[in-house]
Amino acid sequence: MPEARYPHPGSEAWCGARDSLPMLLGAAPFGVIFGTLAGPSGLSATATLAMSLCVFAGSSQFIALTLLASGTGLAVILLTTLVVNLRHALYSATLLPHVAGLRQRWRIPLAFWLTDETFAVVSLRYGEPDTSPHKHWYYLGSCLAMYSNWFLWTLAGVLLGRSIPRLEHLGLEFAMAATFTGIVVPMLRRRPMLAAALGAAAVALAGRWLPYKLGLMLAALAGVVIGTALEALEALDAK
Amino acid sequence: MTGREIELIAGMTAVTFLVRYGFYALGDRLAFPPLVHRALRYVPVAVLTAITVPMLLLPDGVHWQLTWRNAWLAGALATGLIAWFWNNLLGAIGGGMAVYFLFRWLVG
Repeated sequence: MPEARYPHPGSEAWCGARDSLPMLLGAAPFGVIFGTLAGPSGLSATATLAMSLCVFAGSSQFIALTLLASGTGLAVILLTTLVVNLRHALYSATLLPHVAGLRQRWRIPLAFWLTDETFAVVSLRYGEPDTSPHKHWYYLGSCLAMYSNWFLWTLAGVLLGRSIPRLEHLGLEFAMAATFTGIVVPMLRRRPMLAAALGAAAVALAGRWLPYKLGLMLAALAGVVIGTALEALEALDAK
Repeated sequence: MTGREIELIAGMTAVTFLVRYGFYALGDRLAFPPLVHRALRYVPVAVLTAITVPMLLLPDGVHWQLTWRNAWLAGALATGLIAWFWNNLLGAIGGGMAVYFLFRWLVG
C-alpha cells in the first residue's frame, strides 16, 4: 500500500490551496473586471460583493451583469444561470464517489464551493494512488483559496478597478489555460482519453457560437461518449 | 441593496447551489452503474480540453490564430511538452507561462 503523501488534514488543505495557485492568478483579472463592470451595469457595491460571496460562479456572474445592463427580467437571468452552471452537475457526479462517505456538514460546503478550477485540481488529487484518508481536506483547501481570492479581487475591482487600466491585458488569464493543459496532457497516454480530448475540442470549436455555454456541454458529452465507446471497443478486441 | 438586487442574488444563489449540490445530497443512496462510472472518468479530460482549446486557438474569442506568433499556443505547447516528458505540473505551468510572456514580449 503506498504511503499517504500528505499525512495530516492541515497539510492536505495547504497542498490543495498551493496547487490552486496558478488558478488564483488566472481568476484575479476576472474578479477585478467583474467588480469594475458591476457598477456601470446597475449593481450597487454591496450587491456586487454579495453576489461574489453567495453565488460564487464567475461566468454566470458576468452573464448576469450583461443581462441586467440590457434590462432583462429576473426569470430569464435565473434560467440562464441554471444553463450556464449545468456543467457543475457533471463535476459533482464525477466527484460523488469520493465525497459520498462524508457527512452532510462536509458535503454542503464542498458543493457550494465547487468550481471549474477546484474540480480540475481535486479530480487530479483523487486520482493519485495513495490512500490518504484526508483528500477532502485537499478539496477544502482549494475551495477556501479560490473563494477568498474571488471575493478579494471583486472587492479590489469595486474599490479601484478604474485606476488599473487594461488589467485584462496583463496576460494572467493564461495561467488558467496553462494549468488545464498541464493537467490534461499526461492523461492522453491512453488512446480512448486522446480520442475523447480530440472529440471534445472539435465540438467545442464548432459549437463556440452557441449561447449559454451549450457548446461546452455538447463538447463534454461528445468527449465522454467517444472515450467510453472506444474503451468498450478496445476491451472487445482484447477478448 | 434594493429589493430587486436581493431577489436576483437569492435566486442565482439558490439555482447555482442546487446544481452543485444535487448529486452530493443523494450521497451513498445513489449508486451509478459501472458504465456510468467508466464514462465519468472521461469528464475531466473532455471538459478541460473543451474549455482550453478554443482559448488557445482563438485567444480573442473571434479570430483563428494558427501561427507561431500566437503566444497562447506557444505557451500551451511548452506546458504540454514539459507535462508529457517530466510529469511535473508546477514546472509545466511555470515553463508555459515563461514561454507565453517571452512570446508576448518578442512579438509585441
